[in-house]
Amino acid sequence: MGHLETVYDALTAAHGDEARWAFGTGFDDPLAGVDTALPAGADPADLGAYCLMLGDDALVLSQRLTGWITRAPELEEEVALANIALDLLGQARLLLSRAGSCGVLGRSRERAGATVPDEDALAYFRDADEFRCAGLVAAPDGDFGHTVVRLLVASTWRLALAARLRGSRDPVLAAVAAKAVPELTYHRDHAARWVLRLGDGTAESHRRAQAGADAVWPLTADLFTPTDVERRLAGERVGVDPTDLRDEVRGVLTQVLERATLAVPPWPGDVPPRGRVGAHGPELAVLLAGLQGLSRAHPGATW
Amino acid sequence: MVSGRTLRQPGRRGDVRVDPRPVAEAVVDPELPVLTLADLGVLRDVRTGDDGTVVVEITPTYSGCPAMGVMRADLLHALHDAGFEQVDVRTVLSPAWSTDWISAEGRRKLAEAGIAPPGAAPARTPGPVPLDLDLDRPRRTAACPLCGSPDTEEVSEFGATACTALRRCRQCQEPFEHVKEI
Repeated sequence: MGHLETVYDALTAAHGDEARWAFGTGFDDPLAGVDTALPAGADPADLGAYCLMLGDDALVLSQRLTGWITRAPELEEEVALANIALDLLGQARLLLSRAGSCGVLGRSRERAGATVPDEDALAYFRDADEFRCAGLVAAPDGDFGHTVVRLLVASTWRLALAARLRGSRDPVLAAVAAKAVPELTYHRDHAARWVLRLGDGTAESHRRAQAGADAVWPLTADLFTPTDVERRLAGERVGVDPTDLRDEVRGVLTQVLERATLAVPPWPGDVPPRGRVGAHGPELAVLLAGLQGLSRAHPGATW
Repeated sequence: MVSGRTLRQPGRRGDVRVDPRPVAEAVVDPELPVLTLADLGVLRDVRTGDDGTVVVEITPTYSGCPAMGVMRADLLHALHDAGFEQVDVRTVLSPAWSTDWISAEGRRKLAEAGIAPPGAAPARTPGPVPLDLDLDRPRRTAACPLCGSPDTEEVSEFGATACTALRRCRQCQEPFEHVKEI
C-alpha cells in the first residue's frame, strides 16, 4: 500500500473510492439521472419560483428544528426533531435542485461561483430578501410549546399541499410530493400528539401550549393567499392555489386544539403574501447567518 | 449526473459478458448493512444499454436519506471492480419507496440481526390524509426479534436512522430497533 500521508488517504486507499467518504461536502445532485424536462405550457421561471417557495419553507423550518438538538426536553425528542428536520432538508434539496434546473438561480450563481451545485448556490448564496419562505417558518423560535404548535401548523399546511401536488403536471414536483406525503404525515402526527400531551397535561404545559397557539395563529394570515406565480401554476395544473387548502388546514388544526382542551385563537383575516415575495423580519437574516456563514467565508470549501 | 468512468479492466471476461445484475444486487445498504440494496427494495433496475453502459436505477427510502451518495459510490465501485467500464447510476423518485418493497429474504435477515421487520405499510390513498389523534391506541406493533414475544412497546418513533423506531420488549426487557412501516 505504500506510505500514506493522512488518515483520509488511508481511508480512501482502503476503500478505493473517495466518494464513499463524502459525508462532509461533495453530496451528489439529488436529482441525478431524474428526467427534468419541463411540462408542456409551464413557464420555467414560474415553476422555478414555485419550487423556491416550497423548498425555502422546508429548508428554513429544517434549520429552525435543528436548533433544538441538545435543547429538547428529552433525548428521544432531539432524535425525533432531527429526523423531521432531515426529511425536510431532503425535500428542500430536491426542490432547490428543481428550481435550479428551471434556471431560477438569481444572483446566487455569480456569488457562489461556477463549481457550487445549484442547491448549494440557492441555499447558501441568497440574501434574506431573496428567500421565498412563509413568515410562519421564518419567525423566531419560542419555547418547546411554541415549536410543536408551529410544527403542527406548518406540517398540516404542507401535508394538505403535498397531497394535492401528487397530481401536478410537473413529474418532478409530483414525485417529490408523493414522497413527502408519508413523511409529513409522521411530522403532523408527532406534532399533534405533543400538542395533545401539553394542552391536556399540567397547568404549566397547558399555559405554554396556549401561548404557543396564540403566537403562531397570526402567522397563518398569508398562508392562504396566492402569489401571481401560484395562481398561474394552479391554472396550468402544475401548482396548487393555497386558498384551496384553507378549510382542510383550519379543520385539522381546530380538531387538534379542541382535543387538547386549548382555545382555538381567532383566525386572522387573509393578507397579501409577504414571505413569498421576500418581505421578512430581521430574524430570517439571523438564521441565515448561521446557515450560510461557512460557505460565504469559504466558497466551495470541502472537508 | 454521475457517469461511468473508464477503468483498465475490460467489460468482458473473455468472450462471455458478465451479467451486471448480481453484482449490483450484492451491494449492501450503508445504514443497514445486513441488507443488500436488492433486499431493501431501493435497487429498481439494472440494464445494459446498446453501447454497453450499465444503467442502474436506485430510489431513496426517505427524501432526506443521507446514504444515497454512498449507495451510488458503492454501486459504481462494485461494478467497476467487476469489469464494467461505463456505469450510469440514476435516481428514480416515482413511485415512492415503501417498506412493502423489502423482500422476504430482507425481512429474514433483519430479524436475524435483531431488528424487527416492518408490517404492512399504510395504504396510500388519494385525497386528504386522515388525522390519528388516539393516543391510547398503539400505532404499530412488532414482535421482539430476540425472544419472539409480541408484548413490546414503542420507546421512540424516531431512531438512529430515518427508517427505524425504537422499541422495548416487556418480556425479555431488551431494547430493539424496528423498521417502521412507511
